[in-house]
Amino acid sequence: MTDSAWAERRAAPKPAHVPSGDRPTYSSGEGLHTTVLRMQGITKRFGDLVANNNISLELNSGEVLALLGENGAGKSTLMSILFGHYSADEGHVEVFGKPLPPGDTRAALAAGIGMVHQHFTLADNLSVLDNVMLGSESLMRLKSARAEALTRLQEVAQRSGLPVNPQALVGNLSVGERQRVEILKALYRGARILVLDEPTAVLTPQEADSLFVTLRQLVAQGMAVIFISHKLHEVMAISHRVLVLRGGTVVAQANTADTDKAELARWMVGQSVVSLQREAVVLKPDAPLRLSLKSVNVSDGHAALRELNLDLRAGEIVGIAGVSGNGQTLLADLLFGLLPAKGGTLQVDGQPLATTPARIVAQGLARIPEDRQAVGIVGDLPVWENACAEGLRTPVFSRWGWIRRRAARAYADTVLQTFDVRGASLDRRTRALSGGNMQKLILGRVLRRPGGASAGVIIAHQPTWGLDIGAVNFVHAQLRAARDAGAAVLLISDDLDEIELLADRIAVMHHGQLSAALPSGDWNRERLGLAMAGATHAA
Amino acid sequence: MRLEARSHVGPHLLLISGLTSFAAVMLIAALLVAAAGAPVAQTFALLMQGAFGSVFAWSETLTRSIPLMLTGLAATVAFKARLFNIGGEGQLYGGALAAVAVGGLHDGVGLATPGPLLFTAMMLAAMLAGALLLLGPALMKLRFGVDEVVSTLLLNFIVLLGVGAMLDGAMKDQLAMGWPQSVALQSELELAKLVEKTRVHTGLLWSMGAALLLWVIMRFTTLGFDIRALGANSRAAAFAGVPVTRTVVLVALLSGGLAGLAGAIEVAGRTSYVTLDMSPGYGYSGIVIAMLAGLHPLAVVGSSVLVAGVLVGADSMSRQIGVPSYLADAVVASALLVVLVAAMLTRYRVRFEVRASA
Repeated sequence: MTDSAWAERRAAPKPAHVPSGDRPTYSSGEGLHTTVLRMQGITKRFGDLVANNNISLELNSGEVLALLGENGAGKSTLMSILFGHYSADEGHVEVFGKPLPPGDTRAALAAGIGMVHQHFTLADNLSVLDNVMLGSESLMRLKSARAEALTRLQEVAQRSGLPVNPQALVGNLSVGERQRVEILKALYRGARILVLDEPTAVLTPQEADSLFVTLRQLVAQGMAVIFISHKLHEVMAISHRVLVLRGGTVVAQANTADTDKAELARWMVGQSVVSLQREAVVLKPDAPLRLSLKSVNVSDGHAALRELNLDLRAGEIVGIAGVSGNGQTLLADLLFGLLPAKGGTLQVDGQPLATTPARIVAQGLARIPEDRQAVGIVGDLPVWENACAEGLRTPVFSRWGWIRRRAARAYADTVLQTFDVRGASLDRRTRALSGGNMQKLILGRVLRRPGGASAGVIIAHQPTWGLDIGAVNFVHAQLRAARDAGAAVLLISDDLDEIELLADRIAVMHHGQLSAALPSGDWNRERLGLAMAGATHAA
Repeated sequence: MRLEARSHVGPHLLLISGLTSFAAVMLIAALLVAAAGAPVAQTFALLMQGAFGSVFAWSETLTRSIPLMLTGLAATVAFKARLFNIGGEGQLYGGALAAVAVGGLHDGVGLATPGPLLFTAMMLAAMLAGALLLLGPALMKLRFGVDEVVSTLLLNFIVLLGVGAMLDGAMKDQLAMGWPQSVALQSELELAKLVEKTRVHTGLLWSMGAALLLWVIMRFTTLGFDIRALGANSRAAAFAGVPVTRTVVLVALLSGGLAGLAGAIEVAGRTSYVTLDMSPGYGYSGIVIAMLAGLHPLAVVGSSVLVAGVLVGADSMSRQIGVPSYLADAVVASALLVVLVAAMLTRYRVRFEVRASA
């Protein structure tokens, strides 16, 4: 972190509350602006990974604090610590002035913390009332106090402006209504601090608006809300303050009124590390066209890509930037052969792109998936089988269905040697490799193809996600080397640093649409941030 | 308390886990015997003697192991691909019926085809019958996501009712004095005995050959790789280009075919006709045997002989000392549970956490 303005932001002490001159209307309830939650110096490590690094936050009654950050920034870990799912390695939590025992979910509930998870925790076959009562009743009582509970639920519902039919079966409710039940459940249990984890991810825009109305009403009554999101316009719309996490650290906090989407986007995705390694970009507009997408549409039932156009030429890296969840996964799955296109033309070297993974591999596409553990490798199989997995059906590795063991193992051995996969022997279970070595294995199998052919088109989706610096540099070097050897590389990444470091041209994906891929010299952080936030394309 | 994956499982751990499992099963069995009011040591001794104590005991155990081996292999290949075939019992009966339909005497006369050809046709028909019985559930799973555990399990009852109808109808043996049993196989189609004056028949070689063949397929062919990859991580398998539909269909044909073969071999080697009680749950025991064998085809040979030994030994013990032979079922069932727990404990470590209070 070299940017000084940035560091200044971070270091700036936060006043306990801001005089509410230009922030109107939330200052009406009782218990106004008292600090209800204080998390101090929270650090949590998982092995070598520091998920939370010395994070502190304060939350006041009657305010919405937005916790903003990319996937893997540490938001969920922090909230899991608050809710007692994890205990922090360092630091402590105070709720209403009292210390909260770590790793104790019941204590968190009793202290008045309510959590609404992204994936609801409701029983579909029970009524709203049953769901709300579930778990808050003593097992020692022989009679269930349904009548009392009903009265109380109706009272809570009325006070919070969340109308529900207590007898309705949860299975019959819409997603928005279910979320309402989740909030009611928290309120019923006496929550005074409400944590909402990506609450709008599952909602329609209308349902999201109605959620915001509810939240405003709740904070007006003195509720304190933590709103976790990576959607900038929502953060701007609902929050009073923003805390931005990146790589497990607090990189900025600000009053929402004092900032804007572009600034938030910049904080969230980070500043460029020193661009020393960045060599001059040489554009090759005459190089042969390797991959081309024209007016391509894709949909998986939830999200959709519309009218995608993209050209990828030999000897260049094209970066696809964007806030995660804007359709990058659909694009990757399309090119991996996991998802069919719904119209448009896709061509590899002038031929139509095949539609199954096996045929796409045969067409010479090197595919690096985002989730190496779940998609890239079969953890329970030995290293050599994973190394050969994609090419096993080719004559090099099998004949008449019989695996040519010697050839396959020799190839796997070459991959391990060439790509410096450490801790791996041919027969070791692949699961036992570290993330970096797994990624080297995957890189090896796609870049060093059996028979010595080099990859013509490389599709890399988040190729360095979760890797340590050494492995990151290795992956970057390999992608560069492949580019220099004439491969066409498509780099889909949430990490703007990576995109800026590697890409010769950059396109931005927002809400299922892809901007034109412009030479990276035409972009700067400002314009990238705006494009990622969905402002009119700065082209 | 929580589970943590072990990074490395050494051979000593596997040895300890095996020995502890054995001790635990013996302990449970001893408690059951004691509860039945019988002397524990003597009961065990009689059981062992009845299972492995003489040439006759061995021959009975091996005879019993033949269908168990085949249903065990059927479960192994299916479970390896995470196609949970619980329908081995129905597929076994389907195979048995098909065998009699092709090779049985009708009005005292068999088909006039030469023996070897008819024999091959009979075995193929049995495997086809078993395979088709599993193909339906597999396709329903692929196409509509129907849970194959439910569909294959329910098919068992349908098949059994169908067998009952055949035994009282089209395939009824008119000379059986009203017993519900099918017509008999042509005698030239029956399997030869391996040892004179015992019931062990050449089906033992067939089933051991099947185990070897399945091991070779799993280990040395692309189909075997596809099956293992699909079962271990279906998303990664599909990503790497494993043809998912084709593999699941082939697994269904293999698994159903093996269970159907078990039925045909049981008819050709032991009973020579179909009755409704020809299998005391061989199809279900096959699942236990496959799990005990850790889904390894060659280990299925051992585990099926072991389970057959417990079953045969318990029968003999029960005749002599009066402890119900249900003990065998209890021993086999507890062995399965113990082995599953042991497998989990070798892969994971149980960690008890003391909560530090702030």
